[in-house]
Amino acid sequence: QAEAMIASKKMDKEYLPIAGLADFTRASAELALGENNEAFKSGRYVTVQGISGTGSLRIGANFLQRFFKSSCNVYLPKPSWGNHTPIFRDAGLQLQAYRYYDPKTCSLDFSGAMDDISKIPEKSIILLHACAHNPTGVDPRQEQWKELAAMVKKRNLLVYFDMAYQGFASGDINRDAWAVRYFIEQGINVILSQSYAKNMGLYGERAGAFTVVCSDAEEAKRVESQLKILIRPMYSNPPLNGARIASIILNTPDLRKEWLVEVKGMADRIISMRTQLVSNLKKEGSSHNWQHITDQIGMFCFTGLKPEQVERLIKEFSIYMTKDGRISVAGVTSGNVGYLAHAIHQVTK
Amino acid sequence: LAAYRTDEGQPWVLPVVKKVEQVIANDHSLNHEYLPILGLPEFRANASRIALGDDSPAIKENRIGSVQSLGGTGALRIGAEFLRRWYNGNNNTATPIYISAPSWENHNSVFVDAGFKDIRTYHYWDAAKRGLDLQGLLDDMEKAPEFSIFILHACAHNPTGTDPTPDQWKQIAAVMKRRFLFPFFDSAYQGFASGSLDKDAWAVRYFVSEGFELFCAQSFSKNFGLYNERVGNLTVVGKDADNVQRVLSQMEKIVRTTWSNPPSQGARIVATTLSSPQLFAEWKDNVKTMADRVLLMRSELRSRLESLGTPGTWNHITEQIGMFSFTGLNPKQVEYMIKEKHIYLMASGRINMCGLTTKNLDYVAKSIHEAVTK
Repeated sequence: QAEAMIASKKMDKEYLPIAGLADFTRASAELALGENNEAFKSGRYVTVQGISGTGSLRIGANFLQRFFKSSCNVYLPKPSWGNHTPIFRDAGLQLQAYRYYDPKTCSLDFSGAMDDISKIPEKSIILLHACAHNPTGVDPRQEQWKELAAMVKKRNLLVYFDMAYQGFASGDINRDAWAVRYFIEQGINVILSQSYAKNMGLYGERAGAFTVVCSDAEEAKRVESQLKILIRPMYSNPPLNGARIASIILNTPDLRKEWLVEVKGMADRIISMRTQLVSNLKKEGSSHNWQHITDQIGMFCFTGLKPEQVERLIKEFSIYMTKDGRISVAGVTSGNVGYLAHAIHQVTK
Repeated sequence: LAAYRTDEGQPWVLPVVKKVEQVIANDHSLNHEYLPILGLPEFRANASRIALGDDSPAIKENRIGSVQSLGGTGALRIGAEFLRRWYNGNNNTATPIYISAPSWENHNSVFVDAGFKDIRTYHYWDAAKRGLDLQGLLDDMEKAPEFSIFILHACAHNPTGTDPTPDQWKQIAAVMKRRFLFPFFDSAYQGFASGSLDKDAWAVRYFVSEGFELFCAQSFSKNFGLYNERVGNLTVVGKDADNVQRVLSQMEKIVRTTWSNPPSQGARIVATTLSSPQLFAEWKDNVKTMADRVLLMRSELRSRLESLGTPGTWNHITEQIGMFSFTGLNPKQVEYMIKEKHIYLMASGRINMCGLTTKNLDYVAKSIHEAVTK
């Protein structure tokens, strides 16, 4: 619908400002931080349009390399999205890790994470997945987020949130942004990368945003100026199409309502596939505990399958997943979930 | 910013673009899925073909590659990142980069941010004779360390509007070949400069025919009027197919950490247009419309200045080409133009010819006359 509106308006194709479409960046900040967030209302933030999640992460990485002199170390959860490491490395930063996924339980190694984070040198950079951790699907519970926030505050770490699935994870945009907002409320000035690839299905349009929460609006202005100096020699100014679609959706009340329903629809379908997979496994007679499949959230699921089992699935059942046992739940349908459960049971019984 | 304007002083969405956007909007088989890392295949092949020519020996010999990029800037940056990593050794940040004096101011930042440490200028604009300082340019190339990288404007030099003649390009190519200098072309105005795609690509094609390996950063912002869609292409011409494949494989790694994959909308418009004979013809027509208007403004401005008897010579206005003109006005005269006449030039005396219309030609000519005579 937003595309039809745009087509009917017959707009020109003039360059966007370096920082992108203003209506889009403001709406992005509001979506992430919440309209009642003090940082948002006071304007003590800057948001620039980025080339989807990757481009936004990269702007942030380059910004840190140039201006964050306290540390050149970025701590990623173990494991993290495969592209995080090369992005930060190409920006000139060094990569470290903190424990995150517990393969024994297929869930969060919370004590391991807290232990490692407590030892991170002060003022280092820590990257956190805001929701729907990629690739494990394992997210901290709210009480755990609270403890994480206290710890990073104690260690005086710079927090970089990667939020690629807001709305797509639980179906509720506020719930999915809870950690980001909580950290800000605790006085942690986070930096944040957002993507609209999944939650608006705008994959190839490359709509994203990079935000820095600052101490005040003055600092935000200075940061914006430096971000523009970074962006201009990369690609001058960002592509309009995706940002304009996203902006119209976010800023038009009726369309925004529709979008919230649609994104919940996507999230619900994923959640329902998880539920069906587990119930089908039970029906197959599997005696294993598959609770992690429904405990995990988002597009991906770390099944706990071992490499040998994965290989059998590929060879004998033509079911494709990565060697670490990760499946894309988005690829599961009511038409194939039975077959999937059957195959998993065959290789694990 | 540098953008084309109609005679009414308005932005112009090309008629062929409007038509193609409708086609795309009505094609329900299309979706918003990710493009491949290197971009839309039909776009890449067609874009490089436009630069190199249908009968390019490099295309025939299958030794070209293309990287869809975010505008011309994105193509320059990806090319620069590759060269810093893999050209003249591994991660050799000391390879000298030569940029024309003057040049588009963002050239410098692109290569600095890509990691190069030794950015130099080469003589280009001769302010005294208001033309190309060919001898200075050739001398700089003779003295440049072997394997230095030279940023060459394929046509419509920004900001001077002064291009080498074919004969001068031949001299430039001869020195570059002898000194093993790497040509990195910036082609932001193909078709927009002379009105002819082939004429505006002559220099790039000549270098290819002389056996050079080269990069050509193409922008479709101006010639397609697709400014905010960020449509660009980095054309790679290599020694052989194997070489090019290896280059593209490394390009993928660079793209993956910069923007992952490029935006689809603009590339689709260009690909659809270039791959249909009818739409292609319409596009060339639209491009010629833009180029002709600028050429007309040049000749009209020059003739008015000559009629007014404005001191100095004004043939450079019609000898220069493209969107910009180095008027030759000095800073004081420029200040007069801006403050007293509200005509906006850069301190360098650069004027955007697209800002001229049949309605303001007289005013602009008179203002220049005043600025020079008072």
